[in-house]
Amino acid sequence: MSEKKFSKKHEWVSLDGDMATVGITKHATEMLGDIVFVEVPDAGKAVEKEGQAAVVESTKAASDVYSPISGEITEGNKAIADDPGSVNTDPEGASWFFKLKIKDKSEYDSLMSKDEYDKFCKENPS
Amino acid sequence: MEVQKTALYNYHKNLGAKFVPFAGYEMPIQYKDGIVKEHISTRSHAGFFDVSHMGQFFLEGDETLIESLEKIIPADLKNLKVNHSKYSFLLNNEGGIIDDLIITRTEKGFCIILNAACKENDIKQISQFLKKNHKHLLNNDLSLIALQGPKSVEILEKLIPGVANLKFMTGSNFEYEGENLYVTRSGYTGEDGFEISISNTKVEKLIDYLISNEVKPIGLGARDTLRLEAGLCLYGHDLNEKINPVEANLKWAIAKKRREVGGFNGWEKIKNLLANGSEKIRVGIKPDGKVIARENTKIFSPDNNEIGFVTSGTFGPSVNAPVAMGYVKSEFSEIGTSIQLEVRGKKYGGKISELPFYKKSYVK
Repeated sequence: MSEKKFSKKHEWVSLDGDMATVGITKHATEMLGDIVFVEVPDAGKAVEKEGQAAVVESTKAASDVYSPISGEITEGNKAIADDPGSVNTDPEGASWFFKLKIKDKSEYDSLMSKDEYDKFCKENPS
Repeated sequence: MEVQKTALYNYHKNLGAKFVPFAGYEMPIQYKDGIVKEHISTRSHAGFFDVSHMGQFFLEGDETLIESLEKIIPADLKNLKVNHSKYSFLLNNEGGIIDDLIITRTEKGFCIILNAACKENDIKQISQFLKKNHKHLLNNDLSLIALQGPKSVEILEKLIPGVANLKFMTGSNFEYEGENLYVTRSGYTGEDGFEISISNTKVEKLIDYLISNEVKPIGLGARDTLRLEAGLCLYGHDLNEKINPVEANLKWAIAKKRREVGGFNGWEKIKNLLANGSEKIRVGIKPDGKVIARENTKIFSPDNNEIGFVTSGTFGPSVNAPVAMGYVKSEFSEIGTSIQLEVRGKKYGGKISELPFYKKSYVK
Protein backbone atom coordinates (compact mmCIF):
# COMPACT_ATOMS: atom_id res chain seq x y z
CA MET A 1 0.00 0.00 0.00
CA SER A 2 1.29 3.46 -0.92
CA GLU A 3 1.45 6.45 1.38
CA LYS A 4 -1.77 8.35 1.99
CA LYS A 5 -2.42 11.43 -0.13
CA PHE A 6 -4.88 14.20 0.73
CA SER A 7 -7.30 16.54 -1.05
CA LYS A 8 -8.30 20.12 -0.28
CA LYS A 9 -11.81 18.83 0.35
CA HIS A 10 -10.47 16.73 3.23
CA GLU A 11 -10.50 13.27 1.71
CA TRP A 12 -7.60 10.83 1.90
CA VAL A 13 -6.58 8.21 -0.71
CA SER A 14 -4.28 5.24 -0.47
CA LEU A 15 -3.26 3.24 -3.50
CA ASP A 16 -2.53 -0.45 -4.04
CA GLY A 17 -1.71 -1.01 -7.72
CA ASP A 18 -4.66 0.58 -9.51
CA MET A 19 -7.03 0.09 -6.55
CA ALA A 20 -7.63 3.18 -4.41
CA THR A 21 -9.27 3.44 -0.99
CA VAL A 22 -10.90 6.76 -0.09
CA GLY A 23 -12.08 8.16 3.23
CA ILE A 24 -12.46 11.46 5.02
CA THR A 25 -9.71 12.87 7.22
CA LYS A 26 -9.62 13.13 10.98
CA HIS A 27 -9.61 16.89 10.53
CA ALA A 28 -12.85 16.61 8.51
CA THR A 29 -14.54 14.58 11.24
CA GLU A 30 -13.49 17.15 13.83
CA MET A 31 -15.10 19.90 11.75
CA LEU A 32 -18.27 17.86 11.14
CA GLY A 33 -18.84 16.76 14.73
CA ASP A 34 -20.93 13.68 15.55
CA ILE A 35 -21.58 11.72 12.38
CA VAL A 36 -25.06 10.21 12.32
CA PHE A 37 -25.64 9.18 8.69
CA VAL A 38 -23.46 7.93 5.87
CA GLU A 39 -24.38 6.98 2.31
CA VAL A 40 -21.75 5.17 0.27
CA PRO A 41 -21.80 4.47 -3.49
CA ASP A 42 -22.64 1.08 -4.99
CA ALA A 43 -20.10 -0.98 -6.92
CA GLY A 44 -20.07 -0.17 -10.63
CA LYS A 45 -20.69 3.54 -10.27
CA ALA A 46 -18.31 5.77 -12.24
CA VAL A 47 -16.96 8.79 -10.40
CA GLU A 48 -15.03 11.79 -11.68
CA LYS A 49 -12.21 13.55 -9.88
CA GLU A 50 -13.86 16.01 -7.47
CA GLY A 51 -17.29 14.59 -8.32
CA GLN A 52 -19.83 13.79 -5.60
CA ALA A 53 -19.47 10.18 -4.48
CA ALA A 54 -20.88 9.77 -0.97
CA VAL A 55 -22.81 11.67 1.72
CA VAL A 56 -21.93 12.25 5.34
CA GLU A 57 -24.27 13.90 7.83
CA SER A 58 -23.53 15.17 11.29
CA THR A 59 -26.08 16.32 13.84
CA LYS A 60 -25.60 19.76 12.30
CA ALA A 61 -25.76 19.30 8.52
CA ALA A 62 -25.37 17.09 5.46
CA SER A 63 -22.15 17.26 3.40
CA ASP A 64 -21.08 15.67 0.16
CA VAL A 65 -17.98 13.51 0.02
CA TYR A 66 -16.08 13.91 -3.25
CA SER A 67 -13.81 11.44 -4.92
CA PRO A 68 -10.32 12.95 -5.13
CA ILE A 69 -9.63 10.66 -8.08
CA SER A 70 -11.56 9.32 -11.13
CA GLY A 71 -12.49 5.69 -11.53
CA GLU A 72 -15.10 2.99 -11.07
CA ILE A 73 -16.37 2.11 -7.59
CA THR A 74 -15.65 -1.47 -6.62
CA GLU A 75 -17.02 -1.35 -3.09
CA GLY A 76 -18.77 1.01 -0.67
CA ASN A 77 -18.11 0.43 3.03
CA LYS A 78 -21.46 -0.88 4.31
CA ALA A 79 -20.09 -1.09 7.85
CA ILE A 80 -19.99 2.71 8.20
CA ALA A 81 -23.51 3.03 6.76
CA ASP A 82 -24.69 0.68 9.53
CA ASP A 83 -22.61 2.43 12.21
CA PRO A 84 -22.03 6.05 11.16
CA GLY A 85 -20.48 6.93 14.54
CA SER A 86 -17.50 4.70 13.71
CA VAL A 87 -16.33 7.36 11.23
CA ASN A 88 -15.61 9.64 14.21
CA THR A 89 -13.49 7.00 15.93
CA ASP A 90 -11.40 5.62 13.05
CA PRO A 91 -11.76 7.89 9.99
CA GLU A 92 -8.37 7.11 8.49
CA GLY A 93 -8.47 3.36 9.19
CA ALA A 94 -11.41 0.92 9.29
CA SER A 95 -13.93 3.63 8.45
CA TRP A 96 -12.93 4.20 4.83
CA PHE A 97 -15.81 5.22 2.51
CA PHE A 98 -15.25 3.46 -0.81
CA LYS A 99 -12.73 1.64 -3.00
CA LEU A 100 -12.33 2.31 -6.69
CA LYS A 101 -10.34 1.19 -9.69
CA ILE A 102 -8.50 4.27 -10.90
CA LYS A 103 -7.89 5.42 -14.48
CA ASP A 104 -5.05 7.88 -14.12
CA LYS A 105 -2.34 7.62 -11.49
CA SER A 106 -1.22 11.21 -12.14
CA GLU A 107 -4.42 12.36 -10.35
CA TYR A 108 -3.13 10.58 -7.27
CA ASP A 109 0.37 12.01 -7.64
CA SER A 110 -0.98 15.57 -7.77
CA LEU A 111 -2.67 15.29 -4.33
CA MET A 112 -1.07 16.63 -1.15
CA SER A 113 1.31 14.72 1.08
CA LYS A 114 0.57 14.42 4.82
CA ASP A 115 2.85 17.38 5.60
CA GLU A 116 1.34 19.51 2.84
CA TYR A 117 -2.16 18.67 4.02
CA ASP A 118 -1.41 19.50 7.66
CA LYS A 119 -0.02 22.84 6.53
CA PHE A 120 -3.09 23.41 4.34
CA CYS A 121 -5.41 22.80 7.33
CA LYS A 122 -3.44 25.22 9.49
CA GLU A 123 -3.62 27.91 6.83
CA ASN A 124 -7.32 27.34 6.15
CA PRO A 125 -9.00 26.97 9.52
CA SER A 126 -12.78 26.84 9.46
CA MET B 1 -26.29 45.84 12.81
CA GLU B 2 -23.42 45.04 15.08
CA VAL B 3 -23.24 41.46 16.30
CA GLN B 4 -24.39 41.23 19.90
CA LYS B 5 -22.95 39.12 22.67
CA THR B 6 -24.44 37.85 25.89
CA ALA B 7 -22.83 38.65 29.25
CA LEU B 8 -21.36 35.12 29.25
CA TYR B 9 -19.59 35.40 25.89
CA ASN B 10 -16.05 35.25 27.29
CA TYR B 11 -17.08 32.54 29.70
CA HIS B 12 -18.29 30.41 26.79
CA LYS B 13 -15.05 31.09 24.96
CA ASN B 14 -13.05 29.79 27.91
CA LEU B 15 -15.23 26.68 27.96
CA GLY B 16 -14.19 25.95 24.36
CA ALA B 17 -17.40 27.04 22.66
CA LYS B 18 -17.73 27.09 18.88
CA PHE B 19 -19.77 30.16 18.00
CA VAL B 20 -22.29 30.78 15.23
CA PRO B 21 -24.28 33.89 14.40
CA PHE B 22 -27.83 33.39 15.61
CA ALA B 23 -30.56 36.05 15.58
CA GLY B 24 -27.97 38.81 15.59
CA TYR B 25 -25.95 37.26 18.43
CA GLU B 26 -22.72 35.27 18.55
CA MET B 27 -23.96 32.13 20.29
CA PRO B 28 -22.30 28.80 21.19
CA ILE B 29 -23.46 26.02 18.87
CA GLN B 30 -21.48 23.43 20.81
CA TYR B 31 -18.61 23.03 23.26
CA LYS B 32 -15.72 20.56 23.34
CA ASP B 33 -17.85 17.45 23.97
CA GLY B 34 -20.00 17.92 20.88
CA ILE B 35 -23.74 17.82 20.31
CA VAL B 36 -24.47 14.16 21.06
CA LYS B 37 -22.61 14.09 24.38
CA GLU B 38 -24.17 17.40 25.40
CA HIS B 39 -27.60 16.03 24.55
CA ILE B 40 -27.06 12.80 26.50
CA SER B 41 -25.61 14.53 29.56
CA THR B 42 -28.65 16.83 29.72
CA ARG B 43 -30.97 13.82 29.72
CA SER B 44 -28.90 11.78 32.19
CA HIS B 45 -27.60 14.48 34.58
CA ALA B 46 -28.12 18.19 33.85
CA GLY B 47 -27.00 20.86 31.44
CA PHE B 48 -27.14 24.64 31.37
CA PHE B 49 -28.02 26.82 28.40
CA ASP B 50 -27.32 30.51 28.02
CA VAL B 51 -30.55 31.81 26.51
CA SER B 52 -29.88 35.45 27.36
CA HIS B 53 -30.41 36.39 23.72
CA MET B 54 -34.12 35.85 24.28
CA GLY B 55 -36.16 38.91 25.18
CA GLN B 56 -37.27 39.39 28.78
CA PHE B 57 -40.10 41.84 28.29
CA PHE B 58 -41.76 43.29 31.38
CA LEU B 59 -45.13 45.02 31.37
CA GLU B 60 -46.83 46.94 34.15
CA GLY B 61 -50.27 48.50 34.32
CA ASP B 62 -53.80 48.43 35.71
CA GLU B 63 -56.48 45.92 34.65
CA THR B 64 -56.67 47.55 31.21
CA LEU B 65 -53.26 45.97 30.51
CA ILE B 66 -54.94 42.55 30.44
CA GLU B 67 -57.49 43.78 27.90
CA SER B 68 -54.72 45.19 25.74
CA LEU B 69 -52.60 42.04 25.79
CA GLU B 70 -55.56 39.74 25.22
CA LYS B 71 -56.11 41.43 21.86
CA ILE B 72 -52.93 39.86 20.51
CA ILE B 73 -52.38 36.91 22.89
CA PRO B 74 -55.05 34.16 22.99
CA ALA B 75 -54.30 33.06 26.58
CA ASP B 76 -56.74 33.59 29.46
CA LEU B 77 -54.68 36.31 31.13
CA LYS B 78 -57.55 37.45 33.35
CA ASN B 79 -57.50 34.14 35.18
CA LEU B 80 -53.75 33.64 35.12
CA LYS B 81 -52.57 33.63 38.73
CA VAL B 82 -49.52 35.55 39.89
CA ASN B 83 -46.36 33.46 39.33
CA HIS B 84 -48.11 31.15 36.87
CA SER B 85 -46.94 30.85 33.25
CA LYS B 86 -48.62 29.92 29.99
CA TYR B 87 -47.28 29.00 26.57
CA SER B 88 -48.97 31.23 24.02
CA PHE B 89 -48.49 33.34 20.87
CA LEU B 90 -48.69 36.76 19.36
CA LEU B 91 -51.22 36.50 16.53
CA ASN B 92 -51.72 38.64 13.44
CA ASN B 93 -55.09 39.52 11.87
CA GLU B 94 -55.09 36.28 9.92
CA GLY B 95 -54.43 34.20 13.02
CA GLY B 96 -50.81 33.65 11.89
CA ILE B 97 -48.18 33.27 14.58
CA ILE B 98 -45.97 36.37 14.90
CA ASP B 99 -44.03 34.64 17.69
CA ASP B 100 -44.51 31.94 20.29
CA LEU B 101 -43.81 32.87 23.89
CA ILE B 102 -44.10 32.14 27.58
CA ILE B 103 -46.10 34.70 29.54
CA THR B 104 -45.91 34.85 33.35
CA ARG B 105 -48.11 36.93 35.63
CA THR B 106 -46.02 39.06 37.99
CA GLU B 107 -47.06 41.14 41.01
CA LYS B 108 -47.25 44.28 38.88
CA GLY B 109 -48.17 42.90 35.46
CA PHE B 110 -46.57 40.36 33.16
CA CYS B 111 -43.22 39.10 31.95
CA ILE B 112 -43.06 37.70 28.41
CA ILE B 113 -40.13 35.65 27.12
CA LEU B 114 -39.71 36.35 23.41
CA ASN B 115 -37.62 34.70 20.70
CA ALA B 116 -34.40 36.60 20.03
CA ALA B 117 -34.96 36.96 16.29
CA CYS B 118 -38.50 38.28 16.81
CA LYS B 119 -38.22 40.42 19.92
CA GLU B 120 -37.92 43.86 18.28
CA ASN B 121 -40.90 43.28 16.02
CA ASP B 122 -42.86 41.62 18.85
CA ILE B 123 -42.54 44.72 20.99
CA LYS B 124 -43.74 46.88 18.10
CA GLN B 125 -46.74 44.59 17.62
CA ILE B 126 -47.60 44.50 21.33
CA SER B 127 -47.12 48.26 21.69
CA GLN B 128 -49.94 48.94 19.21
CA PHE B 129 -52.37 47.72 21.82
CA LEU B 130 -50.82 49.35 24.89
CA LYS B 131 -52.21 52.44 26.59
CA LYS B 132 -50.28 55.44 27.89
CA ASN B 133 -50.37 54.21 31.48
CA HIS B 134 -48.89 50.81 30.57
CA LYS B 135 -45.19 50.69 31.23
CA HIS B 136 -42.94 48.31 29.33
CA LEU B 137 -39.28 47.40 29.37
CA LEU B 138 -37.09 44.97 27.46
CA ASN B 139 -34.61 44.28 30.22
CA ASN B 140 -31.12 43.78 28.76
CA ASP B 141 -29.48 43.90 32.19
CA LEU B 142 -30.74 40.40 32.87
CA SER B 143 -29.32 37.10 31.69
CA LEU B 144 -31.51 34.03 31.25
CA ILE B 145 -30.10 30.61 32.10
CA ALA B 146 -31.94 27.35 31.50
CA LEU B 147 -30.94 24.49 33.78
CA GLN B 148 -32.35 21.24 32.39
CA GLY B 149 -32.17 17.58 33.28
CA PRO B 150 -33.09 15.14 36.05
CA LYS B 151 -30.47 16.42 38.53
CA SER B 152 -31.46 20.09 38.08
CA VAL B 153 -33.74 20.23 41.09
CA GLU B 154 -31.25 18.66 43.50
CA ILE B 155 -28.43 20.93 42.32
CA LEU B 156 -30.38 24.20 42.29
CA GLU B 157 -32.15 23.51 45.59
CA LYS B 158 -28.74 23.41 47.35
CA LEU B 159 -27.96 26.90 46.05
CA ILE B 160 -31.41 28.47 46.12
CA PRO B 161 -33.54 26.73 48.77
CA GLY B 162 -37.21 26.59 47.86
CA VAL B 163 -36.98 26.05 44.11
CA ALA B 164 -37.84 22.37 44.61
CA ASN B 165 -41.34 23.44 45.65
CA LEU B 166 -42.08 25.08 42.30
CA LYS B 167 -44.52 23.21 40.10
CA PHE B 168 -44.16 22.99 36.31
CA MET B 169 -45.00 26.34 34.67
CA THR B 170 -44.88 28.35 37.88
CA GLY B 171 -42.20 30.70 39.19
CA SER B 172 -41.15 32.74 42.18
CA ASN B 173 -38.70 35.37 43.41
CA PHE B 174 -35.67 34.15 45.34
CA GLU B 175 -32.64 35.79 46.86
CA TYR B 176 -29.14 35.01 45.63
CA GLU B 177 -25.93 36.91 46.47
CA GLY B 178 -27.98 39.72 47.98
CA GLU B 179 -29.98 40.18 44.80
CA ASN B 180 -33.42 39.20 43.66
CA LEU B 181 -33.72 36.58 40.98
CA TYR B 182 -36.71 35.00 39.34
CA VAL B 183 -36.89 31.26 38.78
CA THR B 184 -39.54 29.34 36.83
CA ARG B 185 -39.88 25.59 36.50
CA SER B 186 -39.95 25.25 32.75
CA GLY B 187 -37.79 24.52 29.75
CA TYR B 188 -37.39 23.47 26.16
CA THR B 189 -35.90 19.99 26.38
CA GLY B 190 -38.65 17.69 27.66
CA GLU B 191 -36.74 17.38 30.93
CA ASP B 192 -37.51 18.71 34.38
CA GLY B 193 -35.68 21.97 34.91
CA PHE B 194 -35.64 25.68 35.56
CA GLU B 195 -35.18 28.98 33.83
CA ILE B 196 -33.34 31.53 35.92
CA SER B 197 -33.54 35.25 35.28
CA ILE B 198 -30.46 36.76 36.93
CA SER B 199 -28.54 40.04 36.65
CA ASN B 200 -25.64 40.12 34.19
CA THR B 201 -23.30 40.90 37.06
CA LYS B 202 -24.12 37.72 39.02
CA VAL B 203 -24.57 35.24 36.22
CA GLU B 204 -20.93 34.06 36.09
CA LYS B 205 -21.08 33.17 39.76
CA LEU B 206 -24.18 31.06 39.17
CA ILE B 207 -22.48 29.25 36.28
CA ASP B 208 -19.35 28.62 38.40
CA TYR B 209 -21.59 26.85 40.87
CA LEU B 210 -23.37 24.78 38.21
CA ILE B 211 -20.08 23.69 36.66
CA SER B 212 -18.74 22.68 40.07
CA ASN B 213 -21.75 20.34 40.22
CA GLU B 214 -20.88 18.63 36.93
CA VAL B 215 -23.51 20.56 34.99
CA LYS B 216 -22.25 20.75 31.40
CA PRO B 217 -22.62 23.75 29.10
CA ILE B 218 -25.01 22.98 26.25
CA GLY B 219 -24.98 24.79 22.90
CA LEU B 220 -27.67 25.57 20.36
CA GLY B 221 -26.96 22.29 18.52
CA ALA B 222 -28.05 20.05 21.39
CA ARG B 223 -30.78 22.52 22.31
CA ASP B 224 -32.23 21.77 18.89
CA THR B 225 -31.99 17.97 19.12
CA LEU B 226 -33.43 18.04 22.66
CA ARG B 227 -36.41 20.22 21.76
CA LEU B 228 -37.15 18.25 18.60
CA GLU B 229 -37.20 14.94 20.48
CA ALA B 230 -39.57 16.65 22.93
CA GLY B 231 -41.82 17.64 20.00
CA LEU B 232 -41.44 21.37 20.71
CA CYS B 233 -41.62 23.95 17.92
CA LEU B 234 -38.84 26.27 16.83
CA TYR B 235 -40.07 29.63 15.59
CA GLY B 236 -38.93 30.49 12.06
CA HIS B 237 -38.88 26.81 11.17
CA ASP B 238 -41.96 24.98 12.50
CA LEU B 239 -43.92 28.19 13.05
CA ASN B 240 -44.18 31.44 11.14
CA GLU B 241 -46.59 34.27 10.34
CA LYS B 242 -48.38 32.20 7.70
CA ILE B 243 -49.11 29.32 10.06
CA ASN B 244 -51.89 29.50 12.65
CA PRO B 245 -52.14 27.60 15.96
CA VAL B 246 -54.70 25.10 14.60
CA GLU B 247 -52.43 24.11 11.71
CA ALA B 248 -49.51 24.00 14.14
CA ASN B 249 -51.43 21.46 16.23
CA LEU B 250 -51.17 23.85 19.16
CA LYS B 251 -54.85 24.60 19.69
CA TRP B 252 -54.45 23.42 23.29
CA ALA B 253 -52.56 26.67 23.86
CA ILE B 254 -55.62 28.77 23.02
CA ALA B 255 -57.60 29.15 26.25
CA LYS B 256 -61.00 27.43 26.14
CA LYS B 257 -62.86 30.51 27.27
CA ARG B 258 -61.15 32.65 24.66
CA ARG B 259 -61.99 30.23 21.85
CA GLU B 260 -65.66 30.84 22.60
CA VAL B 261 -65.59 34.55 23.41
CA GLY B 262 -62.79 35.62 21.04
CA GLY B 263 -61.65 39.22 21.03
CA PHE B 264 -58.14 38.49 19.74
CA ASN B 265 -56.42 38.91 16.39
CA GLY B 266 -57.49 36.30 13.85
CA TRP B 267 -60.27 34.87 16.01
CA GLU B 268 -62.81 34.59 13.15
CA LYS B 269 -60.41 32.50 11.13
CA ILE B 270 -59.31 30.39 14.08
CA LYS B 271 -62.91 29.78 15.20
CA ASN B 272 -63.71 28.49 11.74
CA LEU B 273 -60.64 26.23 11.68
CA LEU B 274 -61.45 24.89 15.15
CA ALA B 275 -64.90 23.90 13.93
CA ASN B 276 -63.92 22.51 10.51
CA GLY B 277 -60.29 21.51 10.82
CA SER B 278 -57.39 22.84 8.80
CA GLU B 279 -56.16 21.73 5.39
CA LYS B 280 -52.67 20.96 6.68
CA ILE B 281 -51.40 20.11 10.13
CA ARG B 282 -48.10 19.73 11.96
CA VAL B 283 -47.09 16.12 12.64
CA GLY B 284 -44.16 14.10 13.92
CA ILE B 285 -42.31 12.04 11.31
CA LYS B 286 -40.01 9.05 11.67
CA PRO B 287 -38.00 7.94 8.65
CA ASP B 288 -37.93 4.12 8.42
CA GLY B 289 -34.15 3.88 8.03
CA LYS B 290 -31.24 6.04 9.05
CA VAL B 291 -31.75 8.81 6.51
CA ILE B 292 -32.23 12.27 7.97
CA ALA B 293 -35.09 14.30 6.53
CA ARG B 294 -34.04 17.89 7.13
CA GLU B 295 -35.96 21.15 6.81
CA ASN B 296 -37.64 21.58 3.38
CA THR B 297 -37.61 17.86 2.59
CA LYS B 298 -40.68 17.17 0.44
CA ILE B 299 -43.21 14.64 1.72
CA PHE B 300 -45.10 12.34 -0.65
CA SER B 301 -47.96 9.87 -0.27
CA PRO B 302 -47.24 6.18 -1.07
CA ASP B 303 -48.73 6.83 -4.54
CA ASN B 304 -46.28 9.70 -5.14
CA ASN B 305 -48.48 12.76 -4.61
CA GLU B 306 -46.77 15.61 -2.84
CA ILE B 307 -48.54 16.05 0.51
CA GLY B 308 -46.29 18.26 2.61
CA PHE B 309 -42.83 19.31 3.77
CA VAL B 310 -40.48 18.91 6.70
CA THR B 311 -39.85 21.96 8.93
CA SER B 312 -37.28 20.43 11.36
CA GLY B 313 -35.31 17.24 11.09
CA THR B 314 -32.27 15.77 12.74
CA PHE B 315 -30.85 12.68 14.38
CA GLY B 316 -32.33 12.18 17.85
CA PRO B 317 -29.56 10.91 20.13
CA SER B 318 -31.93 9.60 22.84
CA VAL B 319 -34.35 8.07 20.35
CA ASN B 320 -31.25 6.76 18.53
CA ALA B 321 -32.93 7.37 15.18
CA PRO B 322 -33.71 10.25 12.87
CA VAL B 323 -36.73 12.34 13.85
CA ALA B 324 -38.56 15.17 12.10
CA MET B 325 -41.57 17.45 12.22
CA GLY B 326 -43.45 18.89 9.31
CA TYR B 327 -46.78 19.75 7.77
CA VAL B 328 -48.92 17.29 5.81
CA LYS B 329 -52.42 17.45 4.35
CA SER B 330 -54.73 16.61 7.24
CA GLU B 331 -55.99 13.38 5.69
CA PHE B 332 -52.44 11.99 5.99
CA SER B 333 -51.93 13.07 9.61
CA GLU B 334 -53.05 9.94 11.41
CA ILE B 335 -50.32 8.28 13.46
CA GLY B 336 -48.82 5.32 11.62
CA THR B 337 -49.65 6.63 8.12
CA SER B 338 -46.98 5.62 5.61
CA ILE B 339 -45.31 8.45 3.73
CA GLN B 340 -42.26 8.98 1.51
CA LEU B 341 -39.50 11.52 2.10
CA GLU B 342 -37.51 12.87 -0.83
CA VAL B 343 -33.88 13.25 0.19
CA ARG B 344 -31.23 14.13 -2.43
CA GLY B 345 -33.61 13.12 -5.21
CA LYS B 346 -34.38 9.68 -3.78
CA LYS B 347 -37.56 8.65 -1.96
CA TYR B 348 -37.27 6.98 1.44
CA GLY B 349 -40.12 5.47 3.49
CA GLY B 350 -41.33 6.98 6.74
CA LYS B 351 -44.28 7.14 9.09
CA ILE B 352 -46.35 9.78 10.80
CA SER B 353 -45.35 9.46 14.43
CA GLU B 354 -46.65 10.46 17.81
CA LEU B 355 -45.17 13.58 19.42
CA PRO B 356 -43.11 13.84 21.53
CA PHE B 357 -40.56 11.30 20.31
CA TYR B 358 -39.07 11.24 23.78
CA LYS B 359 -41.20 11.46 26.87
CA LYS B 360 -40.50 12.26 30.48
CA SER B 361 -42.93 13.57 33.03
CA TYR B 362 -42.74 17.10 34.31
CA VAL B 363 -43.20 17.85 38.02
CA LYS B 364 -46.84 18.81 38.42
